[in-house]
Amino acid sequence: MNLKTAINRLFDALTRRLDGPLMVTLIVLAALSMTVVFSASGGQTFDRSLGQLRNFAVALVAMWIVANIPPQTLMRLAIPIYIGGLILLVGVALFGEIRNGARRWLHLGVIIQPSEIMKLGVPLLLAWYFHRKEEGLALQDYAVACLMLMIPTGLIMRQPDLGTSIMIFSSGFFVIFLAGLSWKLIVGAAVAAAAGLPFAWNMMHDYQRQRIYTLLDPTQDPLGAGYHIIQSTIAIGSGGVLGKGWLNGSQAQLDFIPERSTDFILAVFGEEFGLLGNLLLLTLYLIIIGRGLMIAVNAPTTFSRLLAGAITLTFFMYAFVNIGMVTGVLPVVGVPLPLISYGGTAILTMLVGFGILMSISTHKRLVST
Amino acid sequence: MIGTAIKNREAELTVFRTRALFAGFCVLLTFAVLAGRMVYLQVIKRDYYHALAEANRISVLPVVPNRGLILDRNGEVLAANYSAYTLEVMPSRVGNLDKALDELATVIDIQPRDRRRFKKLLEESKNFESLPIRTRLTDEEIARFAVNRFRFPGFDIQARLFRNYPHGEIASHAIGYIGRINDTEVKKIDSSGLAANYKGTDHMGKLGIEGSYEMELHGATGSRQVEIDAGGRPIRSLASSAPQSGNNLTLTLDIKLQKIAEQAFAEFRGGLVAIDPRNGEVLALVSKPGFDPNLFVDGIDPVNWDLLNNSPDKPLLNRILRGAYPPGSTIKPFLALAALESGKRTPAQSISDPGYFALPGVAHRWRDDREGGHGVVDMYKSIVASCDTYYYQLASETDIDKTAAFLGLLGFGEKTSIDIDGEVEGVLPSRSWKEKRFARAPADGRKWYLGDSISAGIGQGYNAFTPMQMAHAIAAIANDGVAYRPHLVRSVTDSATGNIRTVATEAPRLLPLKPENVAIIKSALVGVTRDAGGTGARVFANAGYVSGGKTGTAQVYGLKGEKYRESKVQERLRDHAWYIAFAPAEKPVIALAVLVENGGFGAAAAAPIAREVLDFFLLSKLPDPKKPKLIKDEPKDGD
Repeated sequence: MNLKTAINRLFDALTRRLDGPLMVTLIVLAALSMTVVFSASGGQTFDRSLGQLRNFAVALVAMWIVANIPPQTLMRLAIPIYIGGLILLVGVALFGEIRNGARRWLHLGVIIQPSEIMKLGVPLLLAWYFHRKEEGLALQDYAVACLMLMIPTGLIMRQPDLGTSIMIFSSGFFVIFLAGLSWKLIVGAAVAAAAGLPFAWNMMHDYQRQRIYTLLDPTQDPLGAGYHIIQSTIAIGSGGVLGKGWLNGSQAQLDFIPERSTDFILAVFGEEFGLLGNLLLLTLYLIIIGRGLMIAVNAPTTFSRLLAGAITLTFFMYAFVNIGMVTGVLPVVGVPLPLISYGGTAILTMLVGFGILMSISTHKRLVST
Repeated sequence: MIGTAIKNREAELTVFRTRALFAGFCVLLTFAVLAGRMVYLQVIKRDYYHALAEANRISVLPVVPNRGLILDRNGEVLAANYSAYTLEVMPSRVGNLDKALDELATVIDIQPRDRRRFKKLLEESKNFESLPIRTRLTDEEIARFAVNRFRFPGFDIQARLFRNYPHGEIASHAIGYIGRINDTEVKKIDSSGLAANYKGTDHMGKLGIEGSYEMELHGATGSRQVEIDAGGRPIRSLASSAPQSGNNLTLTLDIKLQKIAEQAFAEFRGGLVAIDPRNGEVLALVSKPGFDPNLFVDGIDPVNWDLLNNSPDKPLLNRILRGAYPPGSTIKPFLALAALESGKRTPAQSISDPGYFALPGVAHRWRDDREGGHGVVDMYKSIVASCDTYYYQLASETDIDKTAAFLGLLGFGEKTSIDIDGEVEGVLPSRSWKEKRFARAPADGRKWYLGDSISAGIGQGYNAFTPMQMAHAIAAIANDGVAYRPHLVRSVTDSATGNIRTVATEAPRLLPLKPENVAIIKSALVGVTRDAGGTGARVFANAGYVSGGKTGTAQVYGLKGEKYRESKVQERLRDHAWYIAFAPAEKPVIALAVLVENGGFGAAAAAPIAREVLDFFLLSKLPDPKKPKLIKDEPKDGD
């Protein structure tokens, strides 16, 4: 066996389970992320950019590992992951650590945030559930699925963590939607939800209500809750078509944008790279979503179809909620800009999801039923 | 079975594809909305947001001008500025202020006095102001704070200009002081349209020259355009316009003369004001006790404030402008002049003084101060020996309203319009004055009695004049009836052009007096210091110059409005001593009035002070250190 063959085999082993289009887009986004994080952390030190590089490196390894796990194995892991996540969530509710008024963390030697596990646990379980009921779906199946979705969503909403609970609810809802929940029910539920809105309003925390007030009129409280939205729209708007240039955004560099390297990083990006940069970002996201939906449509099993579709649409949901919030069309909920915002956990969860997508796209021929 | 399974699978696949297609459509729609929002923000509203971003980024900071200096007539600095580092805090940015201060005390020396002062400032200020805790930090303290700075968010070291009064208490009432701008003053500044010029200024003149010449001294505030970050910290300068320093003031005061005069008072309360009769320049303005204006510069602490404010000696009272005292016998030369002018008396007309004055049909006898009387007294002698009976009689024959009209001509009972604020009018009694003053009293309480006139005739009774008015009047006489408005500022040096603007001496008032009458009065006043029986002769023996003068003693009637204090009551019941003077007699260059509160006889307490001031001014003679100073002797019982 010569060297050439060895290298070819190694290359094959490394890339066999990777999806080309997703991988290319991912790397472009990672590079973009490090560029913006460098600017958003003051443009003086590489600490944060290198940190983000490490975050991506770790997440890419995890993605590669997950991509090499066949979908059947993933299906078998659905129940243990979901149950385990649920136990941890109950643990959080009972013994969780409180920071900034929210009980989201659990101290198990290391501090973990179990709601992150559920971001994949919920679509995994629901996809498995509908896969089992392949023979035909009755109304009560949807009821059971809803229950399995609402338990973790409710627990996370109580922490309180509105952003994550919305994401988890969405991921589960997408599974149920793609599985074929009848339009009548969807419309009916939407009407019921609208009717229940005043009730929900009463159940909301003060800070959540405040966020909605703030969205409706940010100028009402310009130094308090409205500050984020006002400053981020100023940043984006003042960027114009071409942007002020990398490291040249006054809003970004002079610290007017709060949480500028995490949830509000789009304001930095939009100010420095302008409308062109924003449209480029939307395009990259569209490529990922389009590719994800293609993988879902071409997937061989119900489980993999539903899972791939839900992961893809959840990714879209992240982008939509974050961009909507930073540009001032949605209320402020703590959701990062996918694959751009600084932060290891979100990137890890996101790339593990991509690993699943790649696993589904590369294992289909072998397991065709 | 298999058939249905396949059919189901196909149906299911169709459902999934439909749903996925629908989802994809929604994604596109949503992204189109987001892109539309971005176009709206970044294209349509770009200019609007650009302006907002610039407004965020750029801040215009005021640059406070240097306050103008105050110099005496010889260029000696009376008020200057120095730069010092202060430790300041934005109270709104500190959670537990007391705890932070305790902790700070371990790094920087903070005295209880500093804390008290800071507390007072805190109560008076708005929360977002930066307030000084310690001023005049040493280099070591600055270094120590710099190292520990991270422990004290909201605290910062600032370079500030401070006012300094190198002479301390000397001339404090003339110079005044600056202090932090209070709420009333803020309103006044706002309403006079000066708010922009006072941005960044937190002190202003409160009293004396500092207060009355605030406009000249303040200067024009400059500005600095800086790029700031979200925390308001300046990052870099973009543009600036320099401030224009305040104008320097050269006073008419001679600080050396002032010092001699203040020392001459020793521990006595009272005041002295000396004027150049030829132009109205105030050469010395003493009000004792004084205060140290430096105490006010960085905010006075409550203990010192109480001490100044509640002292029975009233150190904050400017006695020259705001103290109205019965003139006693110092009024006599002016009344004599009135009699000459009206023709009521000729110089030679004389009376025989039995030691008292009586009115036909009235049992009461108005006593002369000399038992047995002065014998035959003409006008000259009435002034030289200060004969009361002469003036009792004169007053009994003169209508009080005519007297008031004449004295008003000399400036009594009205403000002299000196160029610092706070002057009072005093009391020049007349019939209409009494009507008004006792408006609520029964008719007989409002009526003017002959007895009122007789008391007023020797400077007692209702009349009360400020030392400033006395000095102004004697200066007018000394200058042969040409009266100048007294003023403290001689010239203003424009800080921008360097031009010296001399304060134009206003056209003097020419008093309608006959020169020969004035000459008669002046010669009698000279007699006071030269003749054997003159009340000022002993004090002015061997003076080396010829001066005119008049002693006076004003009775203290009671303790109205003063706290009763056993150890002080005797002293404070004593008469006030007056002395008015001008010199040299032939061509006066100085006229003055001295008042010594509870000093006893004018000749004993007030005249020696006048002598020391005139000796120094005319002969540059320093007071003899061996000569005992005026001493407040313990009051004897029954004195």
